Amino acid sequence: MATVGLEASSQARPLWLLAELTYRCPLQCPYCSNPVEMAKYKNELSTDDWIRVMQQGRKMGATQLGFSGGEPLVRRDLEDLITEARRLGYYTNLITSGVGMDESRILAFKEAGLDHIQISFQASNEELNNYIGKSKSFQHKYEMARLVKKYEYPMVLNIVLHRKNIEQIRDILDMTVDLDADYVELASTQYYGWSRVNIDQLLPTKEQLKKAELVAREYQEKMKDKMKVIYVIPDYFENRPKKCMNGWGNIFLTIAPDGSALPCHAAGQLPGLEFPNVVDHDLEWIWDESPDFNKFRGTSWMKEPCKSCDEKHKDLGGCRCQAYMLTGDATNADPVCDKSEFHTKLHDDVERIGKLAGDEKFESKPLIFRNMKNSKNFTDKKTTETV
Amino acid sequence: MSIELKNETILEIVPTFRVQWEEVQNCYVVLYPEGMVKLSQSAGEIMKRIDGEKSVIDIIDDISNAFDEADVKEDVMKFLEVVYGNGWIRSK
Repeated sequence: MATVGLEASSQARPLWLLAELTYRCPLQCPYCSNPVEMAKYKNELSTDDWIRVMQQGRKMGATQLGFSGGEPLVRRDLEDLITEARRLGYYTNLITSGVGMDESRILAFKEAGLDHIQISFQASNEELNNYIGKSKSFQHKYEMARLVKKYEYPMVLNIVLHRKNIEQIRDILDMTVDLDADYVELASTQYYGWSRVNIDQLLPTKEQLKKAELVAREYQEKMKDKMKVIYVIPDYFENRPKKCMNGWGNIFLTIAPDGSALPCHAAGQLPGLEFPNVVDHDLEWIWDESPDFNKFRGTSWMKEPCKSCDEKHKDLGGCRCQAYMLTGDATNADPVCDKSEFHTKLHDDVERIGKLAGDEKFESKPLIFRNMKNSKNFTDKKTTETV
Repeated sequence: MSIELKNETILEIVPTFRVQWEEVQNCYVVLYPEGMVKLSQSAGEIMKRIDGEKSVIDIIDDISNAFDEADVKEDVMKFLEVVYGNGWIRSK
């Protein structure tokens, strides 16, 4: 998710509250950012729990509220949550696949005071879109996007780029122009969530990314007064990491479907976290006092090469999840940094995939789609490993 | 996007943006999809007066009245041109 113009205040405050209402989803995108072990989370917060969380967040200064998932439309109390969120003064964002929406619901959201709808597309053509999402959703998404504009919502279209669609970036951008989008977010798959499992089949090559960036720039220029194109460059070809989430526990607060509070929606995979739950604690304690939110806040947790690095305040050591996934230790420097001893390993891996990309046998390896059945395989495997 | 704003032009906030007072931040903010810009005090004074009814000159007079008849015309015009360019406001 983009963080356009959201600036950090001097004191860390949760300005951005992401409410992941559910892990249920009619789509099965193989790069989903939800945890691969999502099947083990059975409970979902009640309407009252969510309302309490929203009230506490607002009191702490949160202004942006994202309803996300899974697919937030699955929750039948979504209209009530939007009503309450808007009454509290949030800018309310609905982040959706569009599946489960119809005109009457869009109208009901409008009446509830919803500010903005973001719809995801998997590709610019029906066949690939429906294949990636494992759902016959393309035509429906198109209709929903038209309705979003009809009811005068600002519209963001989000398309995750990967090796199977990145070469169609021009068609994708033409589609967003046709749909009259206000903002377009294009982000490439990285090493998180389900995309980690499918990274061999999804990671774009360096050449593909370069070409795609040129096309994105062209549309940024061509459409600049009409449509804002946000093209997120993946950092694994870089030598310095990004200041991930603008810093741990700095402006972002994610609440998972079961009420676990996380400094970032991918942090659930990190070992050693206690996952304070909003059922047991108020947000103020979670944000200010909980061990999790203080764990990687600031710079005192760092070890070398970050600790003595004169750029440590600039990127705060990069992404903790990427550090954990690629080095096995979340307190390591993000291996995107060329000061990390794992930097060459990351580049070798990216290069390995780049060399094999296009090879028929390599490309034919099946994708592992994001669904509860596949998730159970991961959770079972994990249990066996610990035993 | 440059524009010649006339005194009698009536201004409104573009509906995809929202301006509101934030108690915790102690300032006015502009909200839009997934983003927020905090406004300085003077920017807040201007933005909060844009309501789809007041004209450019109404806004200038109103601010001038609120601040000891200060001559604010040039500063206000400059600011309005910038935010017009940002797409935050439009003429009604």
